[in-house]
Amino acid sequence: MASQKRAQYPVGWLPYALVAPQLAITLIFFIWPASQALWWSLLVQDTFGLNVQFVGLLNFRELFADTYYLNSFWVTGVFSTLMTGSALVISLLLAACCDYLIRGTRAYKTLLVWPYAVAPAVAAVLWAFIFSPGAGIMTYALRVWFGYDWNYLLNGGQALTLVVIASAWKQVSYNFLFFLAGMQAIPKSLIEAAAIDGAGPLRRFATVVFPLLAPTTFFLLVVNIVNAFFESFGVIDTTTQGGPVRATQILVYKVFQDGFKGGDLGGSSAQSVVLMAIVMGLTVIQFRYIERRIQYA
Amino acid sequence: MRIKLLAAALAGAGLVAALPAQAATEIQWWHSMTGANDERVNNIANKFNASQSEYKVVPVFKGGYADSMSAAIAAYRAKNPPDIVQVFEVGTATMMAAKSAIKPVYQVMHEAGEKFDPKAYIPAVASYYSDERGRMISLPFNSSTTVLFYNKDAFKKAGLDPNKPPKTWEELAEDAAKIKAANAAPCAFTTSWQSWVQLESSSAWHNVPFATLDNGFGGMGAKLEFNNPVMVKHIELLGQMAKDGRFTYVGRTTEGDSKFYSDNGCAMNTESSASYGNTKKNAKFEFGISELPYHEGVKGAPQNTIIGGASLWVFSGKPKSHYKGIAKFFTFLSSPEIQAEWHQGTGYVPITKAAYELTQKQGFYEKNPGTDIAVQQLLLKNPTKASKGVRLGNLPQIRNIIDEELESVWTGKKSAKAALDEAVKRGDEELRKFQRANSGK
Repeated sequence: MASQKRAQYPVGWLPYALVAPQLAITLIFFIWPASQALWWSLLVQDTFGLNVQFVGLLNFRELFADTYYLNSFWVTGVFSTLMTGSALVISLLLAACCDYLIRGTRAYKTLLVWPYAVAPAVAAVLWAFIFSPGAGIMTYALRVWFGYDWNYLLNGGQALTLVVIASAWKQVSYNFLFFLAGMQAIPKSLIEAAAIDGAGPLRRFATVVFPLLAPTTFFLLVVNIVNAFFESFGVIDTTTQGGPVRATQILVYKVFQDGFKGGDLGGSSAQSVVLMAIVMGLTVIQFRYIERRIQYA
Repeated sequence: MRIKLLAAALAGAGLVAALPAQAATEIQWWHSMTGANDERVNNIANKFNASQSEYKVVPVFKGGYADSMSAAIAAYRAKNPPDIVQVFEVGTATMMAAKSAIKPVYQVMHEAGEKFDPKAYIPAVASYYSDERGRMISLPFNSSTTVLFYNKDAFKKAGLDPNKPPKTWEELAEDAAKIKAANAAPCAFTTSWQSWVQLESSSAWHNVPFATLDNGFGGMGAKLEFNNPVMVKHIELLGQMAKDGRFTYVGRTTEGDSKFYSDNGCAMNTESSASYGNTKKNAKFEFGISELPYHEGVKGAPQNTIIGGASLWVFSGKPKSHYKGIAKFFTFLSSPEIQAEWHQGTGYVPITKAAYELTQKQGFYEKNPGTDIAVQQLLLKNPTKASKGVRLGNLPQIRNIIDEELESVWTGKKSAKAALDEAVKRGDEELRKFQRANSGK
């Protein structure tokens, strides 16, 4: 045991100085606002902050008595499942095709990554324009070819579809990159061995490639869900603003609407505390239960 | 070090003493005017700055109405608000409730010794921004009201008289049926700003209250009451028209405007008079402007419509010299010449009677028929308790609720009565929240 050498560093100010910037950033941009939100969730105040009252858990009690808030949970669940699901499946399919191809992969790769460079709000404006009830080209096509009446301003299902498409479209690029990199990291010998054993491309994908991709898939699942919870904000704000009749009002959008547009800082803070708890809970569950089943190569 | 500081302080003091009122006092003005109107705002400030040397008004564009209001409130919380901020009409109750944060305009004018006569303003405009005792709290700036735009070409195609727009909703419904039957336009009728046009302004137009306690002017304890028989009947008719295709709903804010002047547009649209500029620029057909329709047989209708738009608020806690400058600027801003120019260029109504008369004298209305409809509607009768405006807290949220409930009528999910009852119930909860957050002052 004595032979085991441990590097010894003099404990001085240096280590503290090195972590200080990171700590400062975490404190200023995360811990401090989060604790403010926690404190404000216990207050009722007017927008100017002239009249502040401590009300205990009143904001939370009101929140959970509000049927529209509970509805928002449901919408968030449906939205993030659809968005994460479709973004993962489509990008996996595209990555598999790209990996299988021999010629032209470069062009495909470049083109498929492009949407990721588009800001969420811009992506949303694009899709909203294509599907606009007044002037959208898809609206026209749907009516002329399929006799389908598209108006996402009135139809909640259509509105949800639109925001899922617009958010997933961007996410596909990101996922695609990771999936493709994951696939190219799989040793060719494994795939060749399977091919020699007579497995076709589909079989090889199902039994060799996909299981080996599990760590990537898991990572993307976590990132996508967090994205659906928070980043989708820009898309919703530019297209539906949570409407029609709150069909696309996900939790984070309601925080914004009540707090910034409505000036209800107490209620909005209470919502952000709940949201914080949910995302923390989800991440813990994912790491504790799903990660266990994943084998890292 | 100490000596240096002392020297700097002395130099500073000397500078202040040496230059009494030499440098112009800067007055920050945050606004939300975009495009051509942004330029107009800058022009007005430049003209004022050139007219005297003591004060310099600096206009700053701070984003849309909701953004600039949030920004001003945040700046106030950080103890550094602008001198003047432009706030949209639905933010009026919030601003007014913040009594210690704002300085009422009548007080600013009085203390600075500026001549100020609230009676010079158009009553329906002034009343929206005055307190229960008739004292003007914020200065009206850009005001518009709800009118009917119609496509004269489509009227001709449908065999209707293009110079006889519908006066009542019943006539409008009939005309819409004819337009649809003759296929004179891809869409017969639409509306912009449904809550403002169809409920807030329509209530005033029919002289029925939107909320108790004089539409909220009498205190924060007001309750909504737009689920009355007149409004239910009105929304029922629109719901019926939506069902049989005479009314096409395209969105909550200005979507109706662009639908109206687009190539596959609607023959009629109820909207803000301030969309005149855009419509004139974009419409490839002859259009007319007419009064907002009303329902026949309602006692007192038509009364007067109410305004939308924004007013200018002054923050408290600024040095006295600032208030003198603000008062001078407000007098300048309300002068007939500036107001008439603003009105004619933008489609907003003139806020003073003198500006209206000046525009008449200049022959503007003869050259641009229909542009005086809005101000005539406001001047039709003296505003009553039900028609001087809406003074409700959390009005943006209430409008959201109304939008949601009306949408469920247009899609046939709810009856007009059920939707308005629900909107009143949910809206009242917002009012109670506002009351609670602002009580104790």
